[in-house]
Amino acid sequence: MSLLTPRGWFSASRHGLLGLTLGGLLALPLAAQAERIFVSNEKDNTISVIDGESLEVVETIPVGRRPRSMAFSSDGSELFVAVGDDESIDMIDLESLRVVRSQASGDDPEVIRVDPNRPYIYVSNEDDNIVSVLDYESRTLVTEIPVGVEPEGLGISPDGRWLVSTTETSNMAHIIDAERMEAVHHRLVGARPRHVEFTHDGREAWVSAEIAGTVSILDMQETFDVKHTIRFDVPGVPRETVQAVGVALTSDGRYAFVALGPSNRVAVVDQQTYEVLDTILVGQRVWHLALNGDESRLYTTNGVSGDVTVIEVDGLRATRSIPVGRFPWGVIVEP
Amino acid sequence: MTTLPLPPRWLAVGGIVIGLGWSVALPADTPDTLTLGYLGMERPDDREPLSVLDPVLDDEGRQGARLGINDNNATAQFLGQEFVLHEAEVALGDDVGEALEQLIDEGVDWIISGLPFDALQAVMGHPALGDRVVFNAWAPDDALRGEACHPNLYHTTPSRRMLADALAQFLGYKQWERWALVYGNTDEDRRLAETLRAAAERYGHRIVGDRMWPHDPMARRAEGGFHAIQREIPVFVQDFPDHDVLVVADETDYFGEYFPYQTWEPRPVVGTQGLIATAWYRAHESWGAVQLQRRFEKLADRWMTPRDFGAWLAVRSLGEAAARTGSAEREVVLEYMLGEEFELAGYLGLPVSYRTWNHQLRQPILITGPRMVASVSPQEGYLHPRTPLDALGADEGESQCRF
Repeated sequence: MSLLTPRGWFSASRHGLLGLTLGGLLALPLAAQAERIFVSNEKDNTISVIDGESLEVVETIPVGRRPRSMAFSSDGSELFVAVGDDESIDMIDLESLRVVRSQASGDDPEVIRVDPNRPYIYVSNEDDNIVSVLDYESRTLVTEIPVGVEPEGLGISPDGRWLVSTTETSNMAHIIDAERMEAVHHRLVGARPRHVEFTHDGREAWVSAEIAGTVSILDMQETFDVKHTIRFDVPGVPRETVQAVGVALTSDGRYAFVALGPSNRVAVVDQQTYEVLDTILVGQRVWHLALNGDESRLYTTNGVSGDVTVIEVDGLRATRSIPVGRFPWGVIVEP
Repeated sequence: MTTLPLPPRWLAVGGIVIGLGWSVALPADTPDTLTLGYLGMERPDDREPLSVLDPVLDDEGRQGARLGINDNNATAQFLGQEFVLHEAEVALGDDVGEALEQLIDEGVDWIISGLPFDALQAVMGHPALGDRVVFNAWAPDDALRGEACHPNLYHTTPSRRMLADALAQFLGYKQWERWALVYGNTDEDRRLAETLRAAAERYGHRIVGDRMWPHDPMARRAEGGFHAIQREIPVFVQDFPDHDVLVVADETDYFGEYFPYQTWEPRPVVGTQGLIATAWYRAHESWGAVQLQRRFEKLADRWMTPRDFGAWLAVRSLGEAAARTGSAEREVVLEYMLGEEFELAGYLGLPVSYRTWNHQLRQPILITGPRMVASVSPQEGYLHPRTPLDALGADEGESQCRF
């Protein structure tokens, strides 16, 4: 654990390393703290930790069986990992990088999201056709919200008011009122919807569909209808392999990145016009995406090739691939 | 028998649903109903798996249709639609027409067939069928997709040729290109042997020799049965010229299970036993397949077979087309099913869809051992101008089907 993280300094001063003045502390440029990128290796039961500066794996954390989706606690002290075959959420302390506790999550948790206002984790339980709501402070089950067959993708609006759950076999986006904890609208989207990402202004939810190879844009202001559907086409690549999975949206409203699965490409989309601007060749079976803090870099997990591709957003070029564990699934950058 | 996992109040909040640009009608007070019928046939007594580890099934196919109905209704309830299943079974030796008429009397509009070749042919020629559409979820015969094709007949189960091509592609990937072929003495096995020869030719393999296994019924359970087998098989195959694999064609599972580990040369056994090509297998859990396996096992208390999967695909095809079009009308549903937009998630990594020239569902094929999936065809590197999936089975140009 680097002493250069803010919490590292804090504990260091408590341990008497007070030779450094406060002024000295402030003089340290913030950029000196390298970002950490966490990658869940579905087949290896581990989380790879990548140093954002050296772009190398600096730590491998053993977790429960079949880790997939990850999310940070609201205070940023813990990383939650859905470990599907253990039917629980492992909680990793971000200082010690160890699993410090675990909370039962119901059957086969796949995707998790954290409520921005309340200590809640939302979990899609594929086998039970429900979204479970867990309280990670009181460590209790708050409620279960019924949805369609095989809930998978989950998105939460920036203000925490709306939750969108996609169901893979029903091919629907279920729009859940997070206050009432019930689904109030149901919309057909493309076949096998996988992932939901809200725009940073909360006005739209982008829903990717793996088998259809589309992204449906849901209007989250008034109608909750699909207002546009983006299709992807990669020249020279069989159409069936062009599948849409992970989505990352820049906060300035400029770019959307969409992982196109076994076509081994990431699409770059204009967030305003929905025009597909480019496709970038990455590793094999690209699954999920994450932007770093200043949104200068995009990280992709590539399940079949077992690596992470680094894309420079300025110039939209893949510049590096980082070997991680077997079948990397999710990726998340420490805020 | 359909279980709706959601409380009824959900029906009241459906609202107007727009999906991918198609507008869908408001859920009405009385839902649009699609009435399906599963038409199966009693299992002949001698059709039992050879291995005592495999259960003897009398509800194969039917359970897949039931699960498809459940899955469809979970979505249909939001759309003002409803799927209903009726079932009929033809007793051995009975006329298939009676069972068909019974289903039609019950209001069935769509038939899911769990019938073998001859019985299915009889259904297609039966006057009571009218314009109703039949999904073949059972018979692998290429003739049904070729010279005996029918405009109202759709195939969700792969043809023998698709399975043979899928296997040939994998053997090509392994560079196991010299095959010794052993086939059974049933009509099915003779047809499969023909198909395997065609697949070998298409993919540049060589059949160095073939022999028919003169099967006569053996007891499934016998004390010390392996003593005889252990001596018999090596002698039966020892005269084959040099080969890389022993290909077994035993569709009815009468004898093929005896061959692995009993060969003269140390060669893998592939085909209908050993390493097999199949539409579905319990060891397959990729691409979310584990969800389907678990749902099925909860419903049926057993593993899902390729025939269950075929029936499930047929019901789900209708569910998908009805949901997308917002219609229960036959013409509307069929037009969508055959159209460019139709893509069904079949838990096989790639979307499945229907070939317009013979109504065969194009689908990836599992290549699996008894305990573990080895691969999924089409294999990388086998190209096709339309889709790699069309390198499996009779292609448009060579199909004998003329609607």
